[in-house]
Amino acid sequence: MSVSQERKRLHPHKFTMWVALASIVMMFAGLTSAYIVKKANSQWIEFELPTVFWYSTLTIILSSVTMHLSIKSFKAREMSRYRALLGLTTLLGIAFVVLQFIGFGKIEEGGMPLFGYDSNPSASFVGIIFGLHGLHVLGGVIALIILFLRAYIGNRKVYSSTGIEIMGTYWHFVDLLWVYLFIFLNWM
Amino acid sequence: MDHKMIAKQFLITGMVWAIIGGLMSVLFRFQLGYPEAEFHWMKDLLGKWVNDKGQITAESYYSLVTIHGTVLVFFVLTAGLSGTFANLLIPLQVGARDMASPMLNMLSYWFFLAASLVMLSSIFVETGPFSGGWTAYPPLSALASAQPGSGVGMDLWLIAMALFVVSSLLGGLNYIATILNMRTKGMSMTRMPLTIWALFFTAILGVLSFPVLLSGFILLIFDRNFGTSFYLSDIFIATNNVGALPNEGGNAVLYQHLFWFLGHPEVYIIILPAMGMVSEVMAVNSRKPIFGYMAMIGSLFAITVLAFLVWAHHMFVTGLNPFLGSIFVLLTLLIAVPSAIKVFNWLTTIWRGSIRFTPGMLFAIGFVSLFISGGLTGIWLGNSALDIHLHDTYFVIAHFHIVMGVAGMFGMFCGIYHWYPKMYGRYMNNTMGYIHFWVTMIGAYLIFWPMHYEGLAGMPRRYYDYSQWESFKQFIELNKFISLVAMIVFAVQLLFLFNFFYSIFKGRRVRSQNPWGATTLEWTTPINPGHGNWVGEIPEVHRWAYDYGKDGQEFIPQTTPVGANETNHH
Repeated sequence: MSVSQERKRLHPHKFTMWVALASIVMMFAGLTSAYIVKKANSQWIEFELPTVFWYSTLTIILSSVTMHLSIKSFKAREMSRYRALLGLTTLLGIAFVVLQFIGFGKIEEGGMPLFGYDSNPSASFVGIIFGLHGLHVLGGVIALIILFLRAYIGNRKVYSSTGIEIMGTYWHFVDLLWVYLFIFLNWM
Repeated sequence: MDHKMIAKQFLITGMVWAIIGGLMSVLFRFQLGYPEAEFHWMKDLLGKWVNDKGQITAESYYSLVTIHGTVLVFFVLTAGLSGTFANLLIPLQVGARDMASPMLNMLSYWFFLAASLVMLSSIFVETGPFSGGWTAYPPLSALASAQPGSGVGMDLWLIAMALFVVSSLLGGLNYIATILNMRTKGMSMTRMPLTIWALFFTAILGVLSFPVLLSGFILLIFDRNFGTSFYLSDIFIATNNVGALPNEGGNAVLYQHLFWFLGHPEVYIIILPAMGMVSEVMAVNSRKPIFGYMAMIGSLFAITVLAFLVWAHHMFVTGLNPFLGSIFVLLTLLIAVPSAIKVFNWLTTIWRGSIRFTPGMLFAIGFVSLFISGGLTGIWLGNSALDIHLHDTYFVIAHFHIVMGVAGMFGMFCGIYHWYPKMYGRYMNNTMGYIHFWVTMIGAYLIFWPMHYEGLAGMPRRYYDYSQWESFKQFIELNKFISLVAMIVFAVQLLFLFNFFYSIFKGRRVRSQNPWGATTLEWTTPINPGHGNWVGEIPEVHRWAYDYGKDGQEFIPQTTPVGANETNHH
């Protein structure tokens, strides 16, 4: 397929990722708008988010840094450094998801069940919004694991950085999305 | 994985759904036209959907209406329409060998097929499919015990719709990326045919509005299965011994906001591809450039922006703040401006053209007629004061069937007849095409025009039997008439189906590479294009898509370089 004669700006797959991110933004915009509408109703119970979410915030920001460094080392062809940083990013991603679960547990311990008939929408929203974000992180973690395994097992040498750059865009996005959601649910 | 094959898969799956959905409408028109009649043969055919007297039961009537709406809006006029023509036309008309990601494209179809199979299976479950209307408002959709169809039927409906949303998103991402990144040399944005512009805006609408629907569905799933109270409040259910619900503080109107934030853009997701194809087919068959090319793009853009700002006009009677309502009235009525620009430009395009009345062209003209008739009643309904009287009546049914339903189908027929030679290398039969057009066109008006009067007289929609009300007895004969015409129109669609499948094998062969004398790139490919579309290099584009009747030449293809003495369009 003669790709060269087709006009190229951004790589089509990279562009597709950006449009997909816009789509995910709309999904969370829908949920946070619903949150605002719902909050105006009576029977809304206010509660504080447990401190463990601060640790998860720190974790995911750190993972963005390691992701960034990992792409840098890939481009510099320092492959062992790249692999180590990629592995570290994956571990931090897993740690984030675990911390989120601990956070959910703490909310329930505080007498605010997330789901079930005695739940209040204020807690259910946290469950759904953070849960859905967590699923997106988990999807990223799976992609990271695949990249990581490829870097170790694959015999073929990969020189194109497109794949890893798309991964990086997505990873920074879920990080940024988390910061937004955290600020939103903490102070709105 | 070839885009042309995926287009055909979308088209044929969409056609299967159109038959199922159309047949459902014939069945419930039986009930509406002949509520007293006893059709014992239906009992043998449909089993428990029909009671012992030979009438459709109330539950199955509601199921039929619900599934008819769902499949026609989403499976036929969204997947069947933009799925088919975006896949077929985007690579061919922008000059690309395939989509940006053929893999995503294939996944998009398989998700659609999975959604189709789940929805189909819901028709056959013991308690019947979902029956609370295609909009699936809570509490009927949120409480499994509300109606027979709210249990398993609703679960399957939600799964099918979630799969469908994934399919649309994957498709939409790909369409946008292909249009922006894969255009051939010389194909600047303002040289693209209007079909591509329309499909581009359609994809943007889909990508930005379907995720919000998904959010709404996620909350609904949790209300149904995990005891949350997003939509459900402590309402009291008298039937099935549910008693008062333990939920507190739910808000059913919240669902309506989330639903219509997609729901309104959805009608433009249906109509924009039809508009694009109609523009293209009209220019080709009038042998004239499209009138006001930039105005056409501008009005598509205006419609796309406004589409996101008018959702609450579906909710004027939900207790919406009247001040807020007045803003939505203003924004809604603003859509009349770009719509009128488009209609004006279509009429001026065919004005004094050398019109070739091919079946595709007839459907394009029919589309404009329907869009005018249906659009005008939109101005009525967009008024929050008038809407208090008209909402949930047959007036609404008439409005959206004409402007979106039938017009969308006309756009689809227009595209099928026009691009059939590109899809199968053969023509469809013209005589059958003309019969199909005239019966459908006249039939559509005969079915839906009288409904305006019924609606103005206050006849509400979604009722099983109107014969109990003195005030609606005047419509008994009229309803019979509508049902009769509906059956005839449905029968003619079978003729179209026959024509379609017969012509694949026995239709007249296409002999020339460019049978319509069109300027666009799809007609520079071989008659039966293989994978990769062009045999050699992808052609370079030198001019816009509408050089018809220029400098005494009948048409100049986009691939012809601009001559020395020639003035370029831009």
